[in-house]
Amino acid sequence: MRVLGIETSCDETGVAVYDTDKGLLGHRLHSQIDLHAAYGGVVPELASRDHVRRLPLLLRETLALTGLSMRDVDAIAYTAGPGLAGALLVGSSVAEALGVALGIPTLPVHHLEGHLLSPLLSADPPAFPFVALLVSGGHTQLMRVSGVGDYALLGETVDDAAGEAFDKTAKLIGLPYPGGPVLAKLALEGTPGRFKLPRPMLHSKDFDFSFSGLKTAVLTTATAPGFAPEDRADLAAEFQAAAVEVLVAKAMAALRHCGLRQLVVAGGVGANLALRAALDAAAAKRKARVFYPELELCTDNGAMIAFAGAMRLMAGEQVEASDGRFAVRPRWSLQEITPPQAAA
Amino acid sequence: MKILALETSTETASVALLDGDRLLERSVAGRPGHSETILPEIRLLLAEAGVALDALDAIAFGAGPGAFTGLRLACGVAQGLAMGLGKPVIPVGTLAALASQCSHDAIFVAADARMSEVYFAAYRRVDGVLEECLAPSCAAPGAVALPAEGDWFGFGSAFKAYGEVLVPGLGARLAGHDATPVPLASSVARLAAWHFSRGEVVDAALAAPLYVRDKVALTTAERLASGGKA
Repeated sequence: MRVLGIETSCDETGVAVYDTDKGLLGHRLHSQIDLHAAYGGVVPELASRDHVRRLPLLLRETLALTGLSMRDVDAIAYTAGPGLAGALLVGSSVAEALGVALGIPTLPVHHLEGHLLSPLLSADPPAFPFVALLVSGGHTQLMRVSGVGDYALLGETVDDAAGEAFDKTAKLIGLPYPGGPVLAKLALEGTPGRFKLPRPMLHSKDFDFSFSGLKTAVLTTATAPGFAPEDRADLAAEFQAAAVEVLVAKAMAALRHCGLRQLVVAGGVGANLALRAALDAAAAKRKARVFYPELELCTDNGAMIAFAGAMRLMAGEQVEASDGRFAVRPRWSLQEITPPQAAA
Repeated sequence: MKILALETSTETASVALLDGDRLLERSVAGRPGHSETILPEIRLLLAEAGVALDALDAIAFGAGPGAFTGLRLACGVAQGLAMGLGKPVIPVGTLAALASQCSHDAIFVAADARMSEVYFAAYRRVDGVLEECLAPSCAAPGAVALPAEGDWFGFGSAFKAYGEVLVPGLGARLAGHDATPVPLASSVARLAAWHFSRGEVVDAALAAPLYVRDKVALTTAERLASGGKA
């Protein structure tokens, strides 16, 4: 069965085809980073407009790349939420209309389910159950994953997402958009510990996170008298060390709590090399293993959506040819997701 | 010739099928989002008409100006249907569609653009065909003017939303107005048929909304220049 995946929840347009027998046949991605750079952040209306321009072309490119025609597609999975309402609507309306035109089923997919399951697309995938650390610009969550659609939230950020903290911190010390990766690069040149930043909620005994205080501490340090531009690398290094320390400690505590030895890391911050090194080292001490998606699948992409849809279909999710009704879900909790509903 | 048309640029969504001399339409009023209804309405319409999706020759949509989200919904659905069916798309201006619903021959169309602005354009009906005299634009109601010559009939929702400013501002050559009509899919279908007969169709991937209002955010540099924060 071939599943077409469509992702348009934020500032990346992604399309992919996943074959339940042959695996990922191909995927295409367009990032809007350059479009939003001049604005210092994602402008939702401009994001929506760009998705309209890119999506049909990416659909054609992906089909050409895989040597398929529209008629070879058996089902369409698309991101229905959470994300920017206008951006979600673009992918949803094209996907649902394609479903009606082709007379095939459509599957609205939860964006985070796509991220959660994306490490299963790698050559050496983890097996259920595992603990997942979701870290991106919009989310920071730890959960126990027992199977497709069986997710128990262990803890999450009470304020900023980790990636958001990286981006905001970068902006505070004058780094260009998108700040997170630039900050991570600058941190390599600095020495952590010269400046002292807090490790928020490190000892809170739960699995929740808080990053807004860390950001405020950066602001206080960066605006103190005597702080010079050449100090930025050391401050970036200390910020990254603080964020990484909290993420690693909570992830390890979650493994201990669940009695599991597999940790899956997904989301854009999962590409951060300092985080990966620290997680790998901490896991090795516990005889645990950390699984990451392929680097190119850390950002938003269509492959994880096609795959999540395919996993649901393979698990027996009951689907019918689309009747064309759809609604985007900009604020859709992962807790509302249920395991695939098989035919009665 | 069979053309399916969708129009979701206002709170009244409609779908229409032009099948030779036959024109069928379904509309859903007063719903802010049309995503739950638009495709089911299309299916009902085609079932009612006894026309299969793959018998269509082209998919037309109200391209704008209008509510941005509505324009993208119509465009996305038109693109998806057209790509799935391998058929072309015909984008039709919503102000032209609206003008085609007016019985006068010199029509000044003005629709509520929200944010204290109006979308406006002017059309003349010559030998039964609408000619654009003033391309769709967006401006504050007080800054809108009629074309240089002639008397014009005002048509569209802006005459209700901003009538107190718009009507005196347009002056004595405004020969009356009607603020109630909204663009309908049946009008989009009729104009699309005319475009289709002239070969004016586009590939689904090139179909795009006509937003008219293109400045939607300030860049960091612009915010700093006006005294704001980065």
